Amino acid sequence: MSTAVAQKRGLGAAIWDYLTTVDHKKIAHLYLVSGGLFFLIGGLEAMIIRIQLMKPDNDFISAGLYNEMITMHGTTMIFLAAMPLIFALMNAVVPLQIGARDVAFPFLNSLGFWLFLFGGIMLNVSWFTGGAPDAGWTNYAPLSTTSPGHGVDYYVMGLQISGAGTLIGGINFLVTIVNMRAPGMTYMRMPLFTWSTFVTSTLILFAFPALTVGLFLMMFDRMFGSAFFDVALGGNVIIWEHLFWIFGHPEVYILILPLFGAFSDIFSNFSKKRLFGYSAMVFATVLIGFLGFMVWAHHMFTVGMGPIANSIFAVATMAIAVPTGIKIFNWLFTMWGGQIRMTAAMLWSIAFIPSFTIGGMTGVMLAAAAADFQYHDTYFVVGHFHYVIVGGVVFGLFAALHYWWPKMFGKVLNEKLGKWAFWPFFIGFHLTFFIQHFLGLMGMPRRYWVFLEGQGLETGNLISTIGAFFMAIGTVIFLINVVYTSVKGEKAAADPWGVGRTLEWAIPSPPPHYNFVQTPLVRGLDPLWVEKMDGKEGMTPAEPLGDIHMPNASILPFMMSLGLFIAGFGFIYQVDNSAWLIAVFVGMGITLGSMLTRSLKDDLGHHIHKEELEADIKKGVAK
Amino acid sequence: MSHDDVLNPKSMPHDPEKATLEGKNKFLGFWFFLGGETVLFASLFGTYLALNGSTQGENTPENLFGLELVFIMTMLLLTSSLTSVYAMYHMKNNDFRKMQTWLGITVLLGVCFLGFEIYEFYHYIHEYGFTFRSSAFGSAFYTLVGFHGGHVLFGLSWIVALMIRNQKRGLNLYNAPKFYIASLYWHFIDVVWVFIFTVVYLMGKVG
Repeated sequence: MSTAVAQKRGLGAAIWDYLTTVDHKKIAHLYLVSGGLFFLIGGLEAMIIRIQLMKPDNDFISAGLYNEMITMHGTTMIFLAAMPLIFALMNAVVPLQIGARDVAFPFLNSLGFWLFLFGGIMLNVSWFTGGAPDAGWTNYAPLSTTSPGHGVDYYVMGLQISGAGTLIGGINFLVTIVNMRAPGMTYMRMPLFTWSTFVTSTLILFAFPALTVGLFLMMFDRMFGSAFFDVALGGNVIIWEHLFWIFGHPEVYILILPLFGAFSDIFSNFSKKRLFGYSAMVFATVLIGFLGFMVWAHHMFTVGMGPIANSIFAVATMAIAVPTGIKIFNWLFTMWGGQIRMTAAMLWSIAFIPSFTIGGMTGVMLAAAAADFQYHDTYFVVGHFHYVIVGGVVFGLFAALHYWWPKMFGKVLNEKLGKWAFWPFFIGFHLTFFIQHFLGLMGMPRRYWVFLEGQGLETGNLISTIGAFFMAIGTVIFLINVVYTSVKGEKAAADPWGVGRTLEWAIPSPPPHYNFVQTPLVRGLDPLWVEKMDGKEGMTPAEPLGDIHMPNASILPFMMSLGLFIAGFGFIYQVDNSAWLIAVFVGMGITLGSMLTRSLKDDLGHHIHKEELEADIKKGVAK
Repeated sequence: MSHDDVLNPKSMPHDPEKATLEGKNKFLGFWFFLGGETVLFASLFGTYLALNGSTQGENTPENLFGLELVFIMTMLLLTSSLTSVYAMYHMKNNDFRKMQTWLGITVLLGVCFLGFEIYEFYHYIHEYGFTFRSSAFGSAFYTLVGFHGGHVLFGLSWIVALMIRNQKRGLNLYNAPKFYIASLYWHFIDVVWVFIFTVVYLMGKVG
């Protein structure tokens, strides 16, 4: 099976391989490419927004298109860029860090990806079919329920489909981390990236169903005439806000925690020290995850929940600064006295600390409920969340990609180009967003199409737009680096940074599709480092060389997602013409039929025989 | 473990659903999934509680609901949970025939429950003109109870598919986890109904 694919190297075979793959490393590639593509689309939308706001009373784009642009920028960046890029890292790294040969549910892993991709495509199809969603990424009712056209319908169906994929991914990583750890890999020996993936997956599991319900209610209101948000029939629009933020606030921790984990690994690696305060870091991660569920209503201080509710949520929000502060200090102490190497990955990580801390500080300012009435819906908020999401998540993604790129693709990203990408992006980031805090304090509201002359907002907005161009330049240099590296990059060793501490650096770059020839025996925190200090070449195996059991590839995940994609269009357009119900039945038929096939047809996987493994070891592609 | 050991085990262990790594993963993964489902239904209950006073007229919970029918439905579903426990008991004793019989009874009870639910909805729509679109309460009621009904339908189809698929070959280490998690799903549906019975019907009638 696997060898048959390896022998045909035609383009068709390669495409079929990726369509049917259940290998976590290939799924990581898929997530990276599609997430990267959506990141560029979202970035383009951001540039259009900034060009529109370059000067007062600008008419670069129309007011309606501007609404679509801000909505799609936010939605794309959160759901279709940041989430899949994080899933790319988790897929590429977590099974390797715990010494597993694959994830717990390889089939579901593939299903999660295809659901996300079809949901993302669905959302973006709206540009070509009469208008994208335009009610903001938070999609508040009744603005969303009364938005004309089908834009918001695309938002509902697209996010519903991709959200299901994310939920599946979360469950998959939870079970993988609980059940698939190598012998000796206790919980308190797991690398921080694995720990943060574990906590993040828990957040996904308990946060996404709230969004699912919110989207269902929105779908029923818009497509089937129900009255959840229709005040004339007794509906209540605040329900949407609660459901959205019960999901939405944990979502921001879902975004940042995995990168906290990545930074921890990077700081430790490039400081050649074990992570300072490991157990405090684990505790802080879990605590942030827990508190993340307790603070959703701080997005709703101005709704009118009353002073008691506002105070409780304000205090809970401020409390999150404590575990986050623990993390910041532990990263600093990890570097303290270490042998620091300023690689590109390290540059992004060090830049993250002050940038994110500024975002955290404005976060505490926003948490003060009484003051929030002044900041609410101004550019102060826009500045704040871009400081945490760009300064935290995007910096983290760049750092982590530099760090793990050799493991994912077998080549080290060019360091010089990496640093050239960093500086314009870093400077541009602060130019773009720092000034926005002041624009907000001066009263500039968010989501407005134009601002007026003579209110002192001109200079600030111009600086912000210039900064956005610097960020675009940085991104382009990074892309050039990717192309340059894939053509000319040097082949990476198993441990390309030379100071690898965790299990992923014990196996070749890229690893064979079964990862570990023999499951490693873990003897402590930073298991590879433990072996190195004992003067050993690599890990001690925990089992004799023998046949390896691997899952089979399958096209069914693709078919299930395709079915929902078709049905999604049916749901959207049956409002206009009931003939579209055919698309609903065909699509759901494909999905349910594929599920039935999956349930009834035995899929026992296949074995890789000892002889093949020995041949691979001889060729040097496995060890 | 070779494929033959999984499909034709020489002897069945006492916990066949957790005898293989795949089985263990399914067992744990399904529990996590039910955790997510709990949040899903909690959100629906929250929505219902926020909107159950928005009746816009005569069709209030007190006027609509009849506890006799709902009591019968509750008994049917609770009993079906018990019969699925019997089925799992026989699975652990490797008695395939008895497991199939008890699963059959479970399905029968589930179908009766679903029949009553369809009758109930039909009754509200045709006797009272109380629909999904008539008020926010209507939307919330049909969504919450309908989501549960949809879960019942899915669970029934799932159990029937498993029963037919494995009719001829009996239990093995590959299908035992599948039966087991289908029964977990069935229990979950039952637990949700207990809450619907309390929050929607009892509180609607008495509260």
